[in-house]
Amino acid sequence: MKETPLSNCERRFLLRAIEEKKRLDGRQTYDYRNIKISFGTDYGCCIVELGKTRVLGQVSCELVSPKLNRATEGILFFNLELSQMAAPAFEPGRQSDLLVKLNRLLERCLRNSKCIDTESLCVVAGEKVWQIRVDLHLLNHDGNIIDAASIAAIVALCHFRRPDVSVQGDEVTLYTPEERDPVPLSIHHMPICVSFAFFQQGTYLLVDPNEREERVMDGLLVIAMNKHREICTIQSSGGIMLLKDQVLRCSKIAGVKVLEITELIQKALENDRKVRKEGGKYGFAESIASQRITAFKMEKAPIDTSDVEEKAEEIIAEAEPPLEVVSNPVLWTPGTAQIGEGVENSWGDLEDSEKEEEDEDGTDEAIILDSIKMDT
Amino acid sequence: MAGLELLSDQGYRVDGRRAGELRKIQARMGVFAQADGSAYIEQGNTKALAVVYGPHEIRGSRARALPDRALVNCQYSSATFSTGERKRRPHGDRKSCEMGLQLRQTFEAAILTQLHPRSQIDIYVQVLQADGGTYAACVNAATLAVLDAGVPMRDFVCACSAGFVDSTALADLSHVEEAAGGPQLALALLPASGQIALLEMDARLHEDHLESVLEAAARAARDVHTLLDRVVRQHVREASVLLGD
Repeated sequence: MKETPLSNCERRFLLRAIEEKKRLDGRQTYDYRNIKISFGTDYGCCIVELGKTRVLGQVSCELVSPKLNRATEGILFFNLELSQMAAPAFEPGRQSDLLVKLNRLLERCLRNSKCIDTESLCVVAGEKVWQIRVDLHLLNHDGNIIDAASIAAIVALCHFRRPDVSVQGDEVTLYTPEERDPVPLSIHHMPICVSFAFFQQGTYLLVDPNEREERVMDGLLVIAMNKHREICTIQSSGGIMLLKDQVLRCSKIAGVKVLEITELIQKALENDRKVRKEGGKYGFAESIASQRITAFKMEKAPIDTSDVEEKAEEIIAEAEPPLEVVSNPVLWTPGTAQIGEGVENSWGDLEDSEKEEEDEDGTDEAIILDSIKMDT
Repeated sequence: MAGLELLSDQGYRVDGRRAGELRKIQARMGVFAQADGSAYIEQGNTKALAVVYGPHEIRGSRARALPDRALVNCQYSSATFSTGERKRRPHGDRKSCEMGLQLRQTFEAAILTQLHPRSQIDIYVQVLQADGGTYAACVNAATLAVLDAGVPMRDFVCACSAGFVDSTALADLSHVEEAAGGPQLALALLPASGQIALLEMDARLHEDHLESVLEAAARAARDVHTLLDRVVRQHVREASVLLGD
């Protein structure tokens, strides 16, 4: 499906608001949206929600033979997929430019920065190494896919446990999770991408653009850093022309943001570890809040109840007496009561006139049921 | 290779250059008669060829035509014999697609696309030998080719790569220096205004050193601009001599 074009009014409105330093969701220029990280039951599975943008990350591993020119290093493979449920514009054939850009950025951010120790993934040099595959699926697109995807990738990698392997001479034994506890990957540092959107030829910049802001932006600058303030990747895209001091300023802001996000990730991982150790419930089902109405307020309307008794008496006096007087029900077992002696089954004899009588009986039964309720 | 010093104590790099020194650049414009514009550049051992067709009518789907601007279409291909080990796919793999997108982004910013609405400008770049700094060589070659084609641009687009070893910023990395795994920065600059058309960096670099690396890359890009300017003037002089002016 073709993307709904953005109307000129909306575009102008967004740009004017940005000029006045206002964002549609009330955030400040350097504010991130709410980040929520939840883990699945398996190790290595997580969902990251950045505002409404949602990315699912899953890590899996396999023993393969290594690449010829890197015989002692494991293989890391990243794959980001833009699921069709994320946005109407994502169709199987159409996404190539964006997909290539995002995938390459993720690869460079995570592989070239050597965040995972690939030498520790080697089992038998030249013959068997671990291939770690990180699959990321974008479930909902509300802007800033790259940040959410990078957080999901690094969280999934930190959460993942690979099966334990032991090598004795030529023999390689692969232990199942039941035999020996799976081993976490050795991660040197956690690179996190921070996106900056530029507007009006670089005059205004925003951190973490949402989908509308992405549509009107001139260009994007992505800086991936870790908490030690080491820059792992910088990528400028779109048609903007940057100046050197803009880039330096953005890197300082990115440093601050990355520290906050890294703390959040550590906390989430710690919580999950605690829950699993104590044997509590974990997994996606547990992290979704159950449906409940948390608040439904109505203003207390003042009602004059002084003459309620008189009014009630009037109503009762003027009301017609009930059509049928029924004896008290006989209680056979809890939940089963008999009223009257039972009516002959008249199914199959229904005609219009009799149908009306049926309806009347229906209303009578309603009254009778009400009276039963009051008695019991 | 363990023990390979990228920067010796006296300040010399593996190929004998100083930290801020560029490799020898040789360039020719007007290499092909068939294309609207073409150029060949050699930066040290990195050899790149660029060809420009356009501005011409949009090929393929008319729907892609932009009502107010020209469409810039870039394709990057590196020959199978360009690297040490034979490459299986010259183009169509992820890296080539990414390079194509980056070139497009660079040139969309520099070419005055408003002057040619509803048309298309094709830039094809072929790398014949990749010895480090391939993106920079491609951008420099494409700039010369676009100038040869007579397509109006805001300014030259000059690119250079930079790295960081032993607290010194190196300019114009060769393949050995890139493969060593240190941080690499590729910068495309419009020299007159100092605006950055594309900035790309890989591998870990501490934030404090970012400024020095950016500065080294910008200085190197300006040096490239001086050289390219000389090449263009020489070409124009030759062409006008042939015309008999």
